[in-house]
Amino acid sequence: MIIRSAGGPATSEITPRRVWLSRRQWLTGAVAAGAVGMLVPLGRQARAGTLAGATKTRYQVEDKATSLEDVTHYNNFYEFGTDKDEPARRAPGLLRPRPWTVRVEGECAAPATVDVDDLIRSSALEERIYRHRCVEGWSMVIPWVGLPLSAVLDRFQPTSRAKYVAFESLADPAQMPGTRDRTLFPWPYREGLRIDEAMHPLAFLAVGLYGETLPAQNGAPIRLVLPWKYGFKSIKSVVSIRFQEARPETFWNRLAPSEYGFYSNVNPGVDHPRWSQAKERRIGEFLRRPTLMFNGYAEEVAGLYAGMDLKRDF
Amino acid sequence: MATAVLTRWRRWDRPALHLLCALPLLILSVKGLSGDLGANPIEALVRGIGDWALRLLVVALAVTPIRRLTGLSRLAAYRRMLGLWAFAYVVLHLSAYIVLDQFFDWQAIAGEIRKHKFITAGILSVILLLPLAATSTGAMVRRLGGVRWKWLHRLVYLAVPLAGIHYLWMVKADTRQPIAYLVLILLCLGARLFHARHSRGAGLQ
Repeated sequence: MIIRSAGGPATSEITPRRVWLSRRQWLTGAVAAGAVGMLVPLGRQARAGTLAGATKTRYQVEDKATSLEDVTHYNNFYEFGTDKDEPARRAPGLLRPRPWTVRVEGECAAPATVDVDDLIRSSALEERIYRHRCVEGWSMVIPWVGLPLSAVLDRFQPTSRAKYVAFESLADPAQMPGTRDRTLFPWPYREGLRIDEAMHPLAFLAVGLYGETLPAQNGAPIRLVLPWKYGFKSIKSVVSIRFQEARPETFWNRLAPSEYGFYSNVNPGVDHPRWSQAKERRIGEFLRRPTLMFNGYAEEVAGLYAGMDLKRDF
Repeated sequence: MATAVLTRWRRWDRPALHLLCALPLLILSVKGLSGDLGANPIEALVRGIGDWALRLLVVALAVTPIRRLTGLSRLAAYRRMLGLWAFAYVVLHLSAYIVLDQFFDWQAIAGEIRKHKFITAGILSVILLLPLAATSTGAMVRRLGGVRWKWLHRLVYLAVPLAGIHYLWMVKADTRQPIAYLVLILLCLGARLFHARHSRGAGLQ
């Protein structure tokens, strides 16, 4: 892993546009090959493509990245089961990440249902190494590949009435066995952000990690990454984005409003009823380490919440 | 022939049961030492031991109702041993939490006991089990006298439900499994109450 201090990559290291465009074409080709391959059972393995060469950005952290093995085998993705090893065991064989469309609608001038590969072309791919803090008290460091959420949202021209953005995951019982029982959980998984949070430069749409296409268990083909919020806000396998005036209902908030707030910003000073949030276990480490305000991103995001009582609006 | 098998079984049943009770711990230890407990081995160990603590508590609680239901009087000989194995897992579960999970951060542990009700329930359950384990020997039964000993050991009807509630309150959303345990616990408790009411003078045993 390359750890870079602020200032961005040397221009010599930035992939020329022509090269990454050809890479895009290759990627599109790989995706098409994958789609064909799906007709043949063997095609499943062949679909994992590499996204190498995504532009390295100033979003780096000093800490050692969590191993690929741990990042891809310790997942909360209840659509595939509530145990953390279930997504890795079940999702790769069940989830079909292509063809995939995302519906964008609501308070915007250009609503559309777009192919995920078209959506990915909204902006150049970047690599960002972010801290990831789960509300359960564990954390990771993950090198994501993706694009800024704002670059995607801008395309659909949200209007002044777009105060919030609501996201929905796929909830196909055929692909996601966990969604078959609708009495236990209010599927589909839903999340939401205030528009200024969604447009914040840190808000990211990941399509890969460790330079590879996003594994199914990590939310293929496209997921949100919001490093200053607890992990459950970073919704996986997104199929719908909706601009709206009213604050969206969210999955965990609906299940237990006293435990999971709408904002769910990482905050060592506000305990969850079940877990103390002052410390966290970084996966791969023995001793717990102190949790940082906004997961260490206070400098960037604290301004979004100026004047708010974060104990009340947790 | 059948008697011979039975006699032979009676010689080996207790060692076999000891081995069976030690097996989950053995498997967890081997997995732990070979790095086979996943990305969060500490959590896997604490929860794995906790699962077996609760299972064995329920098994120990079920011995008497099952003995009465089936008439297998031999079962009575396993009750203390199962109870003590359950307690051993309880102690290991708590120790793993204190040493591996919190690494002796007593301030954090005190905070968790105070603020998080599932930890409060768990600690209460351990405290209630302590005098039962301490008075499990024959000498202690004689010192206390049968009646007082029985009264003391009724604490199990508080301690085991509390252990079940500890699990229920820990679970995030899918409460089916902890509820299944609690139903089993209530069934055992119900069987005892039923027996007490229908056998005059016997009291709650």
